Amino acid sequence: MGVALSRAVQWDSSGADKLENTPLNKAMLSEILLFTEEFGARHPQEAKLVFREPLQWKTSLEASDFKTEYDISGESVMSQESDKEGRPLLHLTPPDITVYTFHHLSNLLQLSEDKKMKEVQACLAANRDPLKKILGSCSAAVLLEEWEEDELGAEKELEMKLLNNLKELDTKLLNIAVGQITREGRLSPAAVDGEVDQLKSFCGTGESRVLKSVRYTSDYVFSNGCRSPPWRQMDGEICSLIIETCDTEPTLFITCSTTGVFLHEGLIGDVDENSYKTKSNVYQDLVTLLKNKSPHFAQTIIEQAIQEVPSEKFQHMETVDEQETGQTLRSYDRREKNVPEKARQQHVQDKPGARMKKFEPSLKWKNLGLTSSYDKVEVKKAGRSGESKNTLAHGSKSPASDSKKRANFSETSLQGCRSSQKIKTPGGADDFIESSSEGEEDEEQPDRRAETTTDLPNEYWQIQKLVKYLKGANQTATVIVLCSLRDFNLVQETCQLAIRDVGGLEVLINLLDTDEIRCKIGSLKILKEVCCNSQIRRAIVDLGGLQTMVSILDSSDKELKCLAAETIANVAKFRRARRMVRQHGGIKRLVELLNCVPDGASVGAEQERDMEVARCGALALWSCSKSTRNKEAIRRAGGIPLLARLLRSPQKNMLIPAVGTLQECASERSYRIAIQTEGMIKDLVKNLSSDNQELQMHCASAIFKCAEDKQTRDLVRQYNGLKPLVMLLNEAENKQLLAATTGAIWKCSISMENVAKFQEYKALETLVGLLKDQPEEVLVNVVGALGECAQIPENLVTIRKCGGIQPLINLLIGTNQALLVNVTRAVGACATHPENMTIIDGLDAVRLLWSLLKNPNPEVQASAAWAICPCIENAKDAGEMVRSFVGGLELIVKLLKSPNKDVLASVCAAIAKIAKDVENLAVITDHGVVPMLASLTNTMDDKLRRYLAEAIARCCTWGSNCVSFGDAGVVAPLVRYLRSKDPLVHQATARALFQLSKDPRNCITMHEHGVVKPLVDMIGSTDEVLQEAAASCVANIRHLALVYDKARYR
Amino acid sequence: MSAMNRKLIQNLADTMCKQVKHFNTVEVECLIRLFNALLGEQTERKVGHGLDRLNFRHILHNTFDMTDDMMMDRVFRAFDKDNDSYISVKEWVEGLSLFLRGTLEEKIKYCFDVYDLNGDGYISREEMFHMLKDSLIRQPTEEDPDEGTIFNTKHFIIKYTCDCCYDHDGKVSYADFKSTVREENLLLEAFGNCLPHLKRIQSFEQQAFQEPQELH
Repeated sequence: MGVALSRAVQWDSSGADKLENTPLNKAMLSEILLFTEEFGARHPQEAKLVFREPLQWKTSLEASDFKTEYDISGESVMSQESDKEGRPLLHLTPPDITVYTFHHLSNLLQLSEDKKMKEVQACLAANRDPLKKILGSCSAAVLLEEWEEDELGAEKELEMKLLNNLKELDTKLLNIAVGQITREGRLSPAAVDGEVDQLKSFCGTGESRVLKSVRYTSDYVFSNGCRSPPWRQMDGEICSLIIETCDTEPTLFITCSTTGVFLHEGLIGDVDENSYKTKSNVYQDLVTLLKNKSPHFAQTIIEQAIQEVPSEKFQHMETVDEQETGQTLRSYDRREKNVPEKARQQHVQDKPGARMKKFEPSLKWKNLGLTSSYDKVEVKKAGRSGESKNTLAHGSKSPASDSKKRANFSETSLQGCRSSQKIKTPGGADDFIESSSEGEEDEEQPDRRAETTTDLPNEYWQIQKLVKYLKGANQTATVIVLCSLRDFNLVQETCQLAIRDVGGLEVLINLLDTDEIRCKIGSLKILKEVCCNSQIRRAIVDLGGLQTMVSILDSSDKELKCLAAETIANVAKFRRARRMVRQHGGIKRLVELLNCVPDGASVGAEQERDMEVARCGALALWSCSKSTRNKEAIRRAGGIPLLARLLRSPQKNMLIPAVGTLQECASERSYRIAIQTEGMIKDLVKNLSSDNQELQMHCASAIFKCAEDKQTRDLVRQYNGLKPLVMLLNEAENKQLLAATTGAIWKCSISMENVAKFQEYKALETLVGLLKDQPEEVLVNVVGALGECAQIPENLVTIRKCGGIQPLINLLIGTNQALLVNVTRAVGACATHPENMTIIDGLDAVRLLWSLLKNPNPEVQASAAWAICPCIENAKDAGEMVRSFVGGLELIVKLLKSPNKDVLASVCAAIAKIAKDVENLAVITDHGVVPMLASLTNTMDDKLRRYLAEAIARCCTWGSNCVSFGDAGVVAPLVRYLRSKDPLVHQATARALFQLSKDPRNCITMHEHGVVKPLVDMIGSTDEVLQEAAASCVANIRHLALVYDKARYR
Repeated sequence: MSAMNRKLIQNLADTMCKQVKHFNTVEVECLIRLFNALLGEQTERKVGHGLDRLNFRHILHNTFDMTDDMMMDRVFRAFDKDNDSYISVKEWVEGLSLFLRGTLEEKIKYCFDVYDLNGDGYISREEMFHMLKDSLIRQPTEEDPDEGTIFNTKHFIIKYTCDCCYDHDGKVSYADFKSTVREENLLLEAFGNCLPHLKRIQSFEQQAFQEPQELH
């Protein structure tokens, strides 16, 4: 009753002790009423038990209501019985009433007849914790304890029975509450949208299709996500749907409202409001409704669910976008505000249960695993935060709906504005110093304690007893108790939490501080096991256990050292713990553990123990190395050469933690250099051919991180590492391995020599095959590798022939930014081949690329703009195509305001291509391209200078642009570009200057800034384009001079 | 006298070195010297037999940090192989060989002998109870008179140890003990501390072997 009252009953939000008048409360009150009323008759003995404190409230009863059992004197009423101290068990002086037993409570209720409910309500409102008053402040646990220890007093026994009765009532009440809440589960526009999107992807034409069509009756979406007209939104409606199934006639007209989905009679006329009347039962979601209405649908869904294997949730090291979840949550909140007020209130009311039961596609449903990659994002993210799921389903469009809406750009603007908000989200990047693999860890999660003590398992009590023994035992007994604790299944969460809850962790950690080695060993053996639980890890850190463990590392007993290191390895799974290890000098000590002599040749028992110590040390370092500062500390403690030595060890169980640490640390430049110079690449490559997938994965991952460096890439090739990498591509089942392998291939393929090797091993064909049905971690790398390989023209043909272009284009509609950067690069590379371009054009990919310019991530913007350049160059009717993108030209010109240099360079390059078409040039001139380009001219960045000069050169050819550029003052900076060291800048600049020199005033400016000398030098260049441009420019200047002279001497 | 003595000791060390494992001649020699030195502290008339119980317990207590009376007695008996209540040079060196450098197997055997109070080849319930009777320190807070707990603990421990050991006949044979300890090394000294700590071993060795001159 306690829990139900404190949690489930809905108290008036104003804070006053008043119960709200809701159906749930009513149901619970009547249950309490029934219980109390019958209590006297059912349990006469317990009913006589005197409460520790009386229940007091203001009653509406009067003396006249009472009968003979009571002493009535005037206004006041007293019971005949009284307790030990002579107080009457019932005492009424209107309006106050005091009651001491259940017996009188039930009498009272029987007397009050039609006012029963009121009485109960008043009583509960005045006594918010009746349990405490009835049984005293003792909790159930204390009672049980006493019960266990003491001889059973008759009164105690009664108390126990009463407690049990009350507990039963409590459970009943909670069941009522939960039942109510589950029935009340509500739909939100986001959930409906998500579901409709999924249903749409089931529509098709083939035999196996599930539905014929799904469409909304209205395409207009209100700002709150609803589609129904506002007057019907008042009734909680969200939208109406028309679904054609394969077997039901006629088509189903469905209304989705916040209470559920139901059939209506269809639209006969827009005005006829009655047509929206409910025609069927209300179902909780669309799928359930369809399952009920269409046997075909139900059948197919089940079949598909069986066929599909649940896509595994897994994470890998790269590009886990932490902020994303936060953002979606945020936008969800925002959206929620727009939901009609009424719906929202209800939403708030059923908070405790609703969380479990937000509307979400059932798991089975999700596992249908539609081809699009966004599903996987969803699954993964859902794992992180259940609540963001609905929003995601809403936010990211499935391919089906996307293709429809892609035509107008405004669609993406929604996404754009939402994401641009994200950039502003606080929680800066500054404190994000952890390395990428942070994803796999447990950050603060809510503590899950058992609410009641009644349903504790047997183990709990046994463990409690043992911990009690521990406290009172000498060393001999302690060791035995520790051994017996280890006999519990410590991997089981109940045991782990039991140890914590009975204060076992404190004792165990205290034992670490003793001198007794055996106690320490026993305690560590237990701690090592239980700290696989994240709550335990936290508790250990909070109790200062890590410090002690770190100091144990100095011990001379090797077994003890091993255990301490292993425990540290298990505990240091979260940031604070890792910091703690470092701050207490743990890193240095752990690195010292690595210092064994693994010559391998003669392995005595002693060496074996040394190796074990080193292995445990490496394990601990591996855990610790997830923090950037720790990586630095390991390096400073001289860990790198030691790790290099361990890397040559023949034992696999030694190699895994060593390579694991290295690959973790390889995110730091200093490590990458060290890995290269210490000759570790050779060992890494060697272990790629190991038969242990975990080892292979870590090696591949280390290579992935190290191969940023050209020399490393060459080394991998020299040690014949490319072949095993390509072989590993066949291990498509192990996604983590696959992600690491493809990552390594991607980075290695940055060197052209390596690409040649990959061609030889037919890696491209395999990679193209991996473009489908892979998790994003893999896709990013695969596409990256393809993008690099595509820099060689003959590979472009290969990619096309293997059918790689279509899946690449499909990836353009994803949301993963790293993936988008790589995809755009790959598509851009593909577009350099005319035949490929025909395919790309056919798939309308340029439009997709263009819409990516709206992506909030500057990298994506830049990459998309770069990709657009070859597309415009090679597309057949490029000018017409570009014009067909509504608002496209304005969009790209606006990007010239970007603060990002790479975006600017890429956009300039794209503008140079666009400006080849005169009509388009006219349009962008209208959008003010000239002053915007002019404002960029003062840059020092050679890349930007080159493309900027190109863009200026192109844009000069329209109307008075040439003069406008001069007026905007671009000439002088351009002249300075000639002093740059980059010959490509020279060429572009010379061309721009040549175009500008067509205006005499520009010639004068150029001359004033000393353009002639460098131009004359450039006429002598070997680059013909440069020669010609420079010469023409000088000619124009000279021409002006001649004309001037002519005029003067006339 | 001194020269002759030295020669004697060397000869003795040579012969003993062949009989005792884990020590080389120099180390044995050091131990003999130490033994002689300890004997010197003893009253004259007992010298002929070797170290007596009192003296030995003194060593156990001071050098090896053992505190439990009964256990020290049992350790004395384990050292004193011929049961003459004195520890001879040979018994001294042999005992220390186990103390300082014994293998797990040797230690198991030794511990079992220590715990088998009546020497019948089994550790019985009664023996366990006897050995563990002091293993619980009474809690200082008398407000919680947890007498029951202490009693329970003892019973629990005995029950547990019996359960650990394989045949559930209420007593532990050598074979039972051996297999249990092999499985969980921590249970080697299950019924009382009868082996020195690593730290004590190290300091003893350092003292005995590296500074032989001072002892003389």
